[in-house]
Amino acid sequence: MSGADLTQFLDYTLIAMLLAVGFAIVRLRNLFAVVMLTGVYSLLSAAWFVSLDAVDVAFTEAAVGAGISTVLMLGAMLLTAREAEAPGRGRHLAAMLVVTVAGMALFFAIPDMPVYGAADSPANSYVGASYLERTPNEIEIPNVVTAVLASYRGYDTFGEVVVIFTAALGVILLLGFNTGGARRREDEE
Amino acid sequence: MSPHIILRVVSKLLIPMIVIFGFYVQFHGDFGPGGGFQAGVIIAVAVILYALIFGIDEAKKAVPPKLVQWGSAAGVLLYAAVGLATLVMPFAGEAVNFLDYDALHPDQSHHAGQHYGILLVELGVLITVTSVMLAIFYAFAGRVPDIPDEEW
Amino acid sequence: MLETILERFNYIPIIILMMTGLYVVIATGNLIKRLVGLSLFQTSVFLLYITIGKVFGGQPPILESAHHGEDDGYGSAGGYGAEAATGYAGAGEAEHAEEAAHNGYEAAASHGEGYGDSAHHAAEVLYSNPLPHVLILTAIVVGVATLAVGLALVVRIREAYGTIEDDALNAADYSRETGSSE
Repeated sequence: MSGADLTQFLDYTLIAMLLAVGFAIVRLRNLFAVVMLTGVYSLLSAAWFVSLDAVDVAFTEAAVGAGISTVLMLGAMLLTAREAEAPGRGRHLAAMLVVTVAGMALFFAIPDMPVYGAADSPANSYVGASYLERTPNEIEIPNVVTAVLASYRGYDTFGEVVVIFTAALGVILLLGFNTGGARRREDEE
Repeated sequence: MSPHIILRVVSKLLIPMIVIFGFYVQFHGDFGPGGGFQAGVIIAVAVILYALIFGIDEAKKAVPPKLVQWGSAAGVLLYAAVGLATLVMPFAGEAVNFLDYDALHPDQSHHAGQHYGILLVELGVLITVTSVMLAIFYAFAGRVPDIPDEEW
Repeated sequence: MLETILERFNYIPIIILMMTGLYVVIATGNLIKRLVGLSLFQTSVFLLYITIGKVFGGQPPILESAHHGEDDGYGSAGGYGAEAATGYAGAGEAEHAEEAAHNGYEAAASHGEGYGDSAHHAAEVLYSNPLPHVLILTAIVVGVATLAVGLALVVRIREAYGTIEDDALNAADYSRETGSSE
């Protein structure tokens, strides 16, 4: 029992840190700090994913969110700007209005959501449970996430692979590989 | 003498280990956390680290952009090829669906076909993810003016 | 009412984080920071999905035994112990042989018990729902790919306009369309 309590305190700590980092991102205007804090945010959410039993997701989030996307954002930041302008007053008020209304609507929806950690909630009862039952007999590999990803939902994953291929195509079309050194010198002027 | 000698030596030690860890994640993905997506990102990170320490031109010599371009298409095609192979290989006398791996191997008692299928499509995912991440990195890094040494 | 909310306390920070991301997207004019806000929002949605799939007392969805091999495990564990015991005895160390045999037997017994326990345990062990994990895992990788496309667009906008603040971009577009220089 004490173990369960300890992990709960870990959860609360991680939630508090996530909120603090999120608010810091809103307040800061130095883009370098904002990008680094985004990496921190990803790493913290990866830690919470581990505590939520989603080890595969945590792994991906730590590698992608804290690694690759931070590098990409730093690269893009170096090419564009170092500081963000502070939002104007009208814009701040409009954003606060939208955020408050949307947040209230979501808060009102909370009682309809499944209870946190319930094994018999609708979300956890049918498809997920059936994958857990069928994997040992039909695929015979221990990691159910891999089994669902590559076999049961292989068609979905194929779609995802095509999407990231298309994204690379888009980036190459927009930026080019710049194999020669000519364009770099052009940009510097 | 290079000014970043410690960075260079340490990263030279680390990069092979990162790549080996990436392959471990790839091929142990059936038994523990991991798989093609994570392994692809880890291997791409190894090359990106190399590019950050030794310069983008050195990295392009090690992993040429041509290879990256071909790789990002080859992974998708490998994935699709596995699907098409299951379509043409009859299983128990009748044709099966796209990506139904049971057709890949006749041994049904251990589901060897499923294991081969998962291995192959994860390999396709690995190749595509690694190549795509590197392609995106090359595209951005190719435009960055070199950072002067004083800014380290 | 309060209890209803407390049972679902996980959604409260997630909604606040989502709204934080939404605020950044609306309020900030800087395009890079907007993309940061978008990825904040995105990560909060990931958290929402994963907390729904969490089962209290559950384990990560990596099965303890790949298939119904618990009986095999029991048998082979016993075999190991017996083999070890005979091996010791065959080594000819008479004074240790009995002890070793005893140890081997005990090891086999405890091992077997362990296996039996895990077999018993495996029947009722709880796992968290793997389905949201699969969905989010691919969404993360697709998310970074689309983020890269967004950043590439921002880089091109910077090259074309010389700024990435959207007020300045609007002004530039307006002056280009009307021909006036504001």
